[in-house]
Amino acid sequence: MSEAAPATGKFGEAEGVIAFGAEAPLRLDGGGRIDNLEIAYRTYGALNAERSNAILVCHALTLDQHVAASGGAGGRRGWWDSLVGPGLPLDPTRHFIICANVVGGCMGSTGPSSIDPRTGATWGLTFPVITIADMVRAQAMLVAALGVEKLFAVIGGSMGGMQVLQWAADYPDRLFAAVCIAAAARHSAQNIAFHEVGRQAIMADPDWRGGGYAAAGARPEKGLAVARMAAHITYLSEAALQRKFGRELQGDGLSWGFDADFQVESYLRHQGASFVGRFDANSYLYITRAMDYFDLAAAHGGVLARAFAAARDVRFCVFSFTSDWLYPTAESQAIVRALNAAGARASFVEIDTDRGHDAFLLDEPVLRAALGGFLESAALVWGRP
Amino acid sequence: MSAPPPDPADIRPDFREILRLVRPGSRVLDVGCGEGALLELLVRENRVDGRGIEISPSGVSACLARGLAVMQGDADRDLDFFAARAFDYVILSQTLQAVQRPRHVLGELLRIGDKAVVSLPNFGHWRVRLDLLAHGRMPVTGALPQPWWETPNIHLCTVHDFTAVCEELEIGIDACAALAAGKPARPIDPARGIENWRAEAALFLLSRRSRSA
Repeated sequence: MSEAAPATGKFGEAEGVIAFGAEAPLRLDGGGRIDNLEIAYRTYGALNAERSNAILVCHALTLDQHVAASGGAGGRRGWWDSLVGPGLPLDPTRHFIICANVVGGCMGSTGPSSIDPRTGATWGLTFPVITIADMVRAQAMLVAALGVEKLFAVIGGSMGGMQVLQWAADYPDRLFAAVCIAAAARHSAQNIAFHEVGRQAIMADPDWRGGGYAAAGARPEKGLAVARMAAHITYLSEAALQRKFGRELQGDGLSWGFDADFQVESYLRHQGASFVGRFDANSYLYITRAMDYFDLAAAHGGVLARAFAAARDVRFCVFSFTSDWLYPTAESQAIVRALNAAGARASFVEIDTDRGHDAFLLDEPVLRAALGGFLESAALVWGRP
Repeated sequence: MSAPPPDPADIRPDFREILRLVRPGSRVLDVGCGEGALLELLVRENRVDGRGIEISPSGVSACLARGLAVMQGDADRDLDFFAARAFDYVILSQTLQAVQRPRHVLGELLRIGDKAVVSLPNFGHWRVRLDLLAHGRMPVTGALPQPWWETPNIHLCTVHDFTAVCEELEIGIDACAALAAGKPARPIDPARGIENWRAEAALFLLSRRSRSA
């Protein structure tokens, strides 16, 4: 195991890539394994002497390890600056916050755009299909390598929330608190359907080249942009789209053609175009597949409560948003009921907002206050951080 | 974080009575826990392992900020999902008269808890009877403060109605106290006709009469 020299910054944030040797392969649910696994991660704050203040943040489908702002003024913004920062619920002056790019991702961790050490070529579609549990297994390896035996908390939204649930099911003794935001214990038919639209858009792009675009020096940008546009609609709500754009036009009148007449079209095109610059098409296929395969109850005889049978001592907090139609409140309620049936200690809040699924990334004062209260009180019981 | 502990003299009489009834160190579910005032008292004074259910998001958030484990949900739908005998006590304070299916809820309380603590306004109180008799209007009293068009109470009953339904459901009444705003709880025999006139509200400690129920 080796580590790239971590760069440290204002709140002791460090950035690194940890490389696991062939002696520590990542065993996969699909039966295979990844040798020479690399996990790119960032940490914020310092691990205390008791090693009791570590919080793992799990990122969503298209996000990355940059959970919080770094480099001071003018530095890069984090995707969860509303919750992670000095004085916020996840506070680098008190907590040691870890966020890692998921395996299968394209921000430095081993994924389909990495080089397969056995062939010296880009993995592409020869990369094994991975699952949420595989992602979590890789995180557990990283966390152990960082010297953390037991995490104070594991927190995530959307796909990150799925990872939180998987953590509780697979490593119940290695976390004290779990926060699952806007997620589900399984992907619904509608979720799978939307992902399939995205994947088909990518695969229909001639530049995808059967997944081998890297060798051909091409990028399926059009397909990936369409995938992002379709997905982005599911992250919002009808009310939010209407409030933001209504039927407002870009210019003075209709073009009587197929330009982006409406502001909402222009917005979606922008979302698509800016996404292709930062995301790999094959990673999108692999990660959406991992989400589709996610069904936590399935591995436990179809009874979700059994998945949490060993997690009775974990303190859970589950959040949903009223206008989230991708992971509606009913999904969170199913999680909470299973937790109760398992005898776990679960809190649950449905936050009233019209901002849809994306609300988990936005500044939601109720989320901030409730999460802060939950972590504060958990810390008192945990007694250390 | 939490507010400083209140002066014991400031604790509401019905809360004080519940603190007296609930065994220290037990597992407690407070259904309709509001902002968690009672639950916080129980955790602090009786060291219980406390959980709550509350319908309003602001109430749940307030509870989380107090460090309580509370779920957003309601008594009508969300009790069914708890395991049998998951709690030593289930508390339903001034809520039974506002649920859709009181008999079902009552049964659920004693399925998931060994004992239930239930308080409710007494529609047999003399003021209520007098208001109806003398004025022919829906009563507005200390225990029933809202006018008819604003009240959440859809299943009001008297102390005797309640003891009758307990009898039907084979629920035992282990203790009963009359409640009145600002006054200490007064132990009563709920079967006595006079108490059905005198009690403004009543608090019951209930248990399953047969263990198999």
